[in-house]
Amino acid sequence: MNEITRIDRRTFLVSAAAASGGLAVGFDFPAGGRGVVRANASTPELNAWVVIKPDDTVIIRMVRSEMGQGTITGLAQLVVEELECDWSKVKTEYPTPGQSLARKRAWGDFSTGGSRGIRMSHEYVRKGGAAARMMLVRAAANQWNVPASECSVAKGVITHAASNRTLRYGEVAEAAGKLEAPKDVTLKDPKDWKIIGKPMKRLDTLEKVTGAQIYGTDLKLPGMLNAAIRECPVFGGKVKSFDAAKVSGMKSVRKVVQVGDSAVAVVADTWWQAKSALDALPIEFDEGENKKVSSASIDKMLEEGLGAEQAFVGNDNGDAKAAIASAVKKVEAVYSYPFQNHAPMEPMNATALYTADKCEAWVPTQDGEASLAAVISSSGLPAEKCDVHKINLGGGFGRRGAFQDYVVQAVRIAKEMPGTPIKLIWSREEDMRQGRFHPIMQCKLTGGFDAQNNLTALHIRLSGQSILAAVRPAIVQQNKGMDPLVFQGLAKGGEHAIGYTVPNLLIDHAMRNTHVPPGFWRGVNINQNCVFMECFMDELAQAVGQDELEFRRKLLGKHPKNLAVLNAVAEKIGWGKPPPAGRFYGLAHMKAFAAYVAAAAEISVSADGKSVKVHRIVAATDPIHAVNPAQIDRQVAGSFVYGLSALFQQSCTVKDGCIAEENFDTYDSMRIAQMPKVESIIMPSGGSDPWGGVGEPTICVAAPAVLNAYFKATGKRIRSVPLKDHQIAMV
Amino acid sequence: MARLTINGKGYDLDVDPQTPLLWAIREQAGLTGTKYGCGIAQCGACTVHMDGEAMRSCSMVVADAEGKQITTIEGLGQGGVLTKVQQAWVDHDVPQCGYCQAGMIMAVSALLKAKPKPTDGDIDDAITNICRCGTFQQVREAIHAAAKA
Repeated sequence: MNEITRIDRRTFLVSAAAASGGLAVGFDFPAGGRGVVRANASTPELNAWVVIKPDDTVIIRMVRSEMGQGTITGLAQLVVEELECDWSKVKTEYPTPGQSLARKRAWGDFSTGGSRGIRMSHEYVRKGGAAARMMLVRAAANQWNVPASECSVAKGVITHAASNRTLRYGEVAEAAGKLEAPKDVTLKDPKDWKIIGKPMKRLDTLEKVTGAQIYGTDLKLPGMLNAAIRECPVFGGKVKSFDAAKVSGMKSVRKVVQVGDSAVAVVADTWWQAKSALDALPIEFDEGENKKVSSASIDKMLEEGLGAEQAFVGNDNGDAKAAIASAVKKVEAVYSYPFQNHAPMEPMNATALYTADKCEAWVPTQDGEASLAAVISSSGLPAEKCDVHKINLGGGFGRRGAFQDYVVQAVRIAKEMPGTPIKLIWSREEDMRQGRFHPIMQCKLTGGFDAQNNLTALHIRLSGQSILAAVRPAIVQQNKGMDPLVFQGLAKGGEHAIGYTVPNLLIDHAMRNTHVPPGFWRGVNINQNCVFMECFMDELAQAVGQDELEFRRKLLGKHPKNLAVLNAVAEKIGWGKPPPAGRFYGLAHMKAFAAYVAAAAEISVSADGKSVKVHRIVAATDPIHAVNPAQIDRQVAGSFVYGLSALFQQSCTVKDGCIAEENFDTYDSMRIAQMPKVESIIMPSGGSDPWGGVGEPTICVAAPAVLNAYFKATGKRIRSVPLKDHQIAMV
Repeated sequence: MARLTINGKGYDLDVDPQTPLLWAIREQAGLTGTKYGCGIAQCGACTVHMDGEAMRSCSMVVADAEGKQITTIEGLGQGGVLTKVQQAWVDHDVPQCGYCQAGMIMAVSALLKAKPKPTDGDIDDAITNICRCGTFQQVREAIHAAAKA
């Protein structure tokens, strides 16, 4: 069983503070003051990351959230690599954001998005493991009165070979906790890694197959009541009135409350009763001007942006406009990408308990600190009187990190009923209506060739929604109105750099924001940018009669890692050789979240072009260093379920200001029958480049690889997502 | 009031007989392994067995479940022993977030009872649960492994 489910973390903190024996030493990663923590009377802390019990159980603490991506297993591997403990004795634990705050953010960033879980914390968690090992060895050496340098360690056992003595970690943990933390910590050379890079089984599987894992929706607290909520379905609208008397007599209904100025909730003994009463509750909304907005009006606004004078330049060199004007041959195309909902299997939920001097929330969150900030602001209590207990998520995909709207709602309801824990669960319909949607975007691409069919110019004009303008306006302000994130995969440099070198390049963005709130949807802006870029690469190659792979190779000369993943998938799919009868191939690649990824799709299409079978996808990932290839393999395969569902089946359309799709009947998701065989190539190039993420990058290559193969099969170029709008189904 | 038999045990529940079975299982019987995903029988997270058949419990009412033998995920592998399907799930490291997996395992367990050696086509026809993490590749491997076990 996972340790996190058994510990009352508030008690843990209080008892920790009370244990003043000085038996534990805080080790300060990545920042923060000295802390003194004992998990309980018998378990001293070696540092923020590692607690070892007398029975040798190793508790590894981590603050990135597990939502299915396997991050807690990967982080544990990183710590264990340096700690040299026995993998079979490892358990994991989530410190609370309140505990971290009280220790000057001893555990660093809680945010689990942007494929950051491992790539942004690998160094300090490995140092945490190494420092703990050094303290344990020193404690043993002290006991034996020998130099620590004469001791060796393996699987949690310290050996002094000269005297043939051994001590287990559990036997010296108490003494080690009294030692000063080492000042200099050297990490292993990657060539010496024994557990990093191995396909370790996940640490959290058993409870998921027995139904024992407690998700946020499953939480039970003494005296808890349940809440269902309805927010104005037109974003920006407000509650005008509601007739609580109509439902307050219904069985088990305890309270009807307005939540903020835009939502109404019903609190009842059970969630089903709360939801039934909410459905029966007459609510009138003041929907405001946004009621007039539709998908058609948004599309029109974006179309205007494609030719607008003003745009933010994200990447340029040479003079693309002049080069296009003087080009011998010009190719132009307009693409579009819709709003999409994250639709994790577990709908949004949070449980809150408010009293006059304390507010706690239990949240399946991608960012414990963001949840804590939401609790602090919505409770009105000072930070030290608030905390958040993290629960493993039933999917996140970016909905549960930056956005804590459901936490604010739960706290506001709980404030109306002090002393009573309130579990707020959104219905699927509420979840679909109140998303933080994948931004809508159109794109006009223009390429220019010289007389020798060399691509001399490329202009990519994006027109559409900015996530950061809505979510992080300060960043947009710092960039003089530009959203730098919109250029993911097309940027000049960095973790989302474009791979192609074109002598005259211009990539700009006409920001066209809508009233529909945008969000970070798994992969974020690479999803649309990869469709635009990689489909258009095929269009350009075809316009000059060149092989699509060869055409790309010529432009990737300065970016060997981009080229390497592309070559890897091309070779494995059999590019250049005739495909099996009736099968067609398509390629795509991108650098995203510091990883290099590529896909080659093999599809067949029915004679009428309306049914597509994706038989096989070969996917290459170079994450620089690969911590757990088995979990990367699963992330890659899963990313195609997410990406192909989006390509074929998913769009959120706007009607009378609201999102029209309210459940999986109109917002479908891929089933097992539609699943292609995914062959993943994990090809870490190693070295000192920043590590790449793996949770998101490959999503973006799914759609263009399939669209490019579709063109090969039919001669028809599809330039808008989803394919259901073209009456094309995935079979 | 309703009387339900869940995992071989009788439950006298203070519940409106028109309540969806899912919510009676979760909120009155207190068995939360069975999940709410959509409420309209699309996703299959709420799949339970009724007299051995896989059913989507969100879309049937308590009254229709009275007198039937209901099995939930908690009723598989009782006494700490995993069923061969659950064991295959562990061996193949199938779950990612895990939220849909109880329903997935219930659907697969019913399939293997009806067809002990299912073909890929049988799997495609019978297993229509949604998994947003995208575990299908491991699900298929694990079904074949369980069939061989």
